[in-house]
Amino acid sequence: MRDNKNKWLLLTSAAALAVGTVSMASADTLDNTLERGTLQCGVSDGLPGFSAPNDQGEWQGLDVDVCRAVAAAVFGDSEAVRYISLNAVERFTALQSGEVDVLSRNTTWTTTRDTTLGLNFTGVTFYDGIGFMINKDLGVSSATELDGAAICVQSGTTTELNVADYFRANGMEFDPIVFDTSEQTVGGYEAGRCDVLTSDSSQLAALRIQLSDPDQSVILPEIISKEPLGPVVRQGDDKWFNIVKWSLFAMLNAEEMGITSENVDEMLESDNPDVARLLGRDGNYGEAMGLSADWAYNIIKQVGNYGESYDRNVGMDSPLQIERGINALWTEGGIQYAPPIR
Amino acid sequence: MTIQHKMIEARPAPKNTVGPLAWLRANLFSGPVNSVFTLLGFYLLYLLLVPTIEWAFIDADWIGTSRDDCSREGACWVFVNARIGQFIYGLYPRDEIWRVNLTFGVFAVLIAWLAIPRLPFKRWVALATLVVFPLLAFVLLYGGLFGLPLVQTHRWGGLMLTLVLAVVGMVGALPIGIVLALGRRSQMPIVKSFCVVFIEFWRGVPLITVLFMASVMLPLFLPTGVSVDRLIRAFIGITLFQSAYMAEVIRGGLQAIPRGQEEAAAALGMSYWLRMGLIVLPQALKMMIPGIVNTFISLFKDTTLVMIIGLFDLLGIVQAALSDSRWLGFSLEGYVFAAFMFWIFCFSMSRYSQYLERKLHTGHKR
Repeated sequence: MRDNKNKWLLLTSAAALAVGTVSMASADTLDNTLERGTLQCGVSDGLPGFSAPNDQGEWQGLDVDVCRAVAAAVFGDSEAVRYISLNAVERFTALQSGEVDVLSRNTTWTTTRDTTLGLNFTGVTFYDGIGFMINKDLGVSSATELDGAAICVQSGTTTELNVADYFRANGMEFDPIVFDTSEQTVGGYEAGRCDVLTSDSSQLAALRIQLSDPDQSVILPEIISKEPLGPVVRQGDDKWFNIVKWSLFAMLNAEEMGITSENVDEMLESDNPDVARLLGRDGNYGEAMGLSADWAYNIIKQVGNYGESYDRNVGMDSPLQIERGINALWTEGGIQYAPPIR
Repeated sequence: MTIQHKMIEARPAPKNTVGPLAWLRANLFSGPVNSVFTLLGFYLLYLLLVPTIEWAFIDADWIGTSRDDCSREGACWVFVNARIGQFIYGLYPRDEIWRVNLTFGVFAVLIAWLAIPRLPFKRWVALATLVVFPLLAFVLLYGGLFGLPLVQTHRWGGLMLTLVLAVVGMVGALPIGIVLALGRRSQMPIVKSFCVVFIEFWRGVPLITVLFMASVMLPLFLPTGVSVDRLIRAFIGITLFQSAYMAEVIRGGLQAIPRGQEEAAAALGMSYWLRMGLIVLPQALKMMIPGIVNTFISLFKDTTLVMIIGLFDLLGIVQAALSDSRWLGFSLEGYVFAAFMFWIFCFSMSRYSQYLERKLHTGHKR
């Protein structure tokens, strides 16, 4: 009996060890990526504005641009990316097991994910949160006027919980009408089963386009929850963590300095010391990360600054037309802020 | 009294029992109750068909390049039109599509050769289909040899991926299934118990679980740096799963062959494999055609489950296309297209199996 018990103990601890070592997989992601020649980037299986294949079969979106920026920084070629589409459940496993180098898949930054999964969030690409869409004719202009409303919501999402919290906190009643998929939710809203449709504000715009008369509905200004979305890397590889983190910071800094993919070549001649440092004319800030001096130049030239990426994928130049809101730079009333390059 | 020694000439049937009118009367309006039901049926059909046809054809938009070309009163086939290349080839590089076309062209010719009874060299063609073709298909689709650029499997998708998965699953599952079925009927305890455990295990878990484990759990147990291609994981999962089902279909067929057949063959001094290969299996397989085709069709449709491990099969690529912000809101068109493609393939498989049954019908049919 005793012997058997010991054997089992040994077996299980061996298995636990095996699993444990895996999370430390591929300690030097940069070397592996350089050797492979392509960046393996985990994206969604289709999310409007964030990652979806276009008519030509190329991946496009705000999350995809993060992958392209990292590839531009590492290889000087934003096309050297292999996109691996992951669903919500397998995304963390794929990162932990080394199947992807970066996970850029509208993942909300939470304590649990940051501390217990052996992962690190490198920044915030989009400050998301739950919003409401409502029929214009109801004349409601704020979420605080929604007492007693019937609300269409997708089941199994955190949205359901957050909406309930919000209504309880404000002492209001609501009648949840739950659907399985986003298409059904839109259908329910359109058929008049509910007065209000709720979802992440990044997706409300996409849902609104699918209505037969989009102009009849408005999106209320309130955002009732915090859903910061950002790229994720494995814990324990600080060099790689820095690269992904600063790729995004470079895009934000570029927007702040007014450098775009179009004027980046002219800006190379700029006298502004901040610009010179970012573009690698003054000092070599790429070296400390294991990159070349023109790492940020490559990102801006090939992918663009954060504002360009935002406008192209989810903002005013895209069909989604999501306002910058809190995703504007800190200098323009938003909260997007990147540390200086110095 | 006259006795006629000649047969009375056959006369045409009475006027009111032939022709379309008579058929209508006999089949649709044979009494007041039936007449009412017929009319009700026609009315329901009218309610259903008219809006469908209006949506799909009359009000539909066919030509254009963007969503602005669609009036949104009927179907917007512009969406399917713009994406058709992607729906069929996935994200396969556009310049390399000839390789996919060639592969499936060769496959179609080989299958047609085997299916049309008059053509000669059946044995050689069958051998080529089973041995040479898979190698050829691999080299053509995956590349990396003979100067063909490498096309990694994450670029495969659409109808092409669905067909590849289905064909690999069918070709893999049938022989494994036969071996398992024979093993389960065997007298040898180890072989028998292995087969029983294998079959019952794989039949006892849903395919979605198998794929999910292969994609979420397997990478955690593999040593560092080793990763198995997702497509290979799907191949293995689907093949093992379907072979268990196939084994039970085949065992059912084997049991329908009278014991005397095998005993007679044994009396002639035939070995086990000769008895099985020449006497039992040819008779059994013939009777199993409906069951086997049934399994194949369900396998073909089950391939859509690979969506959950991030492979873009036909349905997956349609869904991905639906999330392109330039084409939001055309889910109905996308799903109708996918359903239509699946129907074409499943229906042709079903027709071919019926033809095969008629052809091989030698008195077993009951």
